[in-house]
Amino acid sequence: MRDRYKGLLGAELRVVNIGLDLFATALEEQGVTVIHMDWRPSAGGDARLGELLERLKGGAAPRSPDGGQGG
Amino acid sequence: MAERLDIEEANRSAIERLLGGEPVLVDVAPASEVIQGLAGGVLLHAGPPIPWEEMCGPMRAAVVGAIQYEEWAGDVAGAEALAARGEIRFHPNHDFGAVGPMTGITSASMPVFVVENRAFGNRAFCTINEGIGKVLRFGANDSQVIERLRWIGVTLAPTLRMAVEHAGGVPLGPLMSRALTMGDEMHQRNVGATSLFIRELAPSLVRAAAAGGQGDVMDFLAANDQFFLNLAMAAGKAIMDPLGEVPGSTVVWAMSRNGRDFGIRVAGTGKRWFTSTALMPRGLYFPGYTAEDANPDLGDSAILETVGLGGFAMAASPAVVGFVGAGTFQDALNYTREMNEITLGRNAHFSLPTLDFQGTPSGIDVRKVVETGIAPVINTGIAHKEAGVGQVGAGIVRAPIECFTQALEALAGELG
Repeated sequence: MRDRYKGLLGAELRVVNIGLDLFATALEEQGVTVIHMDWRPSAGGDARLGELLERLKGGAAPRSPDGGQGG
Repeated sequence: MAERLDIEEANRSAIERLLGGEPVLVDVAPASEVIQGLAGGVLLHAGPPIPWEEMCGPMRAAVVGAIQYEEWAGDVAGAEALAARGEIRFHPNHDFGAVGPMTGITSASMPVFVVENRAFGNRAFCTINEGIGKVLRFGANDSQVIERLRWIGVTLAPTLRMAVEHAGGVPLGPLMSRALTMGDEMHQRNVGATSLFIRELAPSLVRAAAAGGQGDVMDFLAANDQFFLNLAMAAGKAIMDPLGEVPGSTVVWAMSRNGRDFGIRVAGTGKRWFTSTALMPRGLYFPGYTAEDANPDLGDSAILETVGLGGFAMAASPAVVGFVGAGTFQDALNYTREMNEITLGRNAHFSLPTLDFQGTPSGIDVRKVVETGIAPVINTGIAHKEAGVGQVGAGIVRAPIECFTQALEALAGELG
């Protein structure tokens, strides 16, 4: 297991950065090879919107005329 | 117990409608002749509903111009007084099957293109493009503007009508498809589409001229690179309207701006508008003007992005990148790729040579916009915020994300 990581710190760094581009920029300025992935948490991390999105994935039931849940 | 709706199935149906649209220019007619309910005392405007008192400067100026054009008042003061007394009834173009660029003001006597979606039988309408600079749609309303509108009504439109009738209609889909491969994105660049349209109609125009139409129509058409814009908008509206009633669908079927509010309509919630404050475009300004002069985002022309053109097809148009100040051509490719993230379909009729003929991203899904935080990108003209000046630049703008979160909440309330 330990052999797997042998030499990691001695080898040239190649980094995949996910999310905040500040880290990618900082590494680039130091000459490190970086691929930046533009990733953001779903619905900007808004839990309420996240819950609504979950409800709207796949099947959904229309409200009954009295406003209650159908289906 | 209500039947369970399958959102994915509903969206498949919505996208099939979108991709199956067949827009054909079938007539050029006075608006009152073809738009039901558009009569004296009624004006249609761009965007979601807005009363006279709250309209932006250019829209009020266009209203004043239209009132003078209709001869409901003899001067600016009289026209403003008429509107202020509540004697003009204002409605969104979208509620009448119509669209209009920028202020979008449509009145009874103005001629409109009539575009029929042959796949579904519905019709859509748009006024005729007046050219660039000082024009009614950008809020200019002096005598030169009104005179041009009269010439369009008396000379241009009847001649075009004869030509379109002689041609037996002009299918717009193939023409738009070809224009995309000629460097148009069909919102801020319509050079290819306009040229193709003139070529398509030229034999019939010549015959129309011989039969009493006017030859100077060709001068007007040849001098206006953006002539096709209004035809593309009517085509977009004709394609999108069949999505207006698809229960359970989360696909956007209209995006539009009135200069104060940005509004969207979603297939699953019908004609209800979800609105938020319109954003300011970022772009390039004509000499003598700056961002300080700009009006907030304005016009029904975002129907083009709704259908997958304009900002969504930026990759088609290296030339438009500089015109709207969008950065480099790589940025243009990225805009189109980014729009792939929030759409459900690729329109094979509108293929992009620079992206290995991938179809344009089409069918904005409210869920994807909220989930990714990626707002639709729109290429747009920029109007001066004050009445009477006209166009001051062109740029890009984003749809406000709040419209989409509101729509998501409403859909969850109705469906979830």
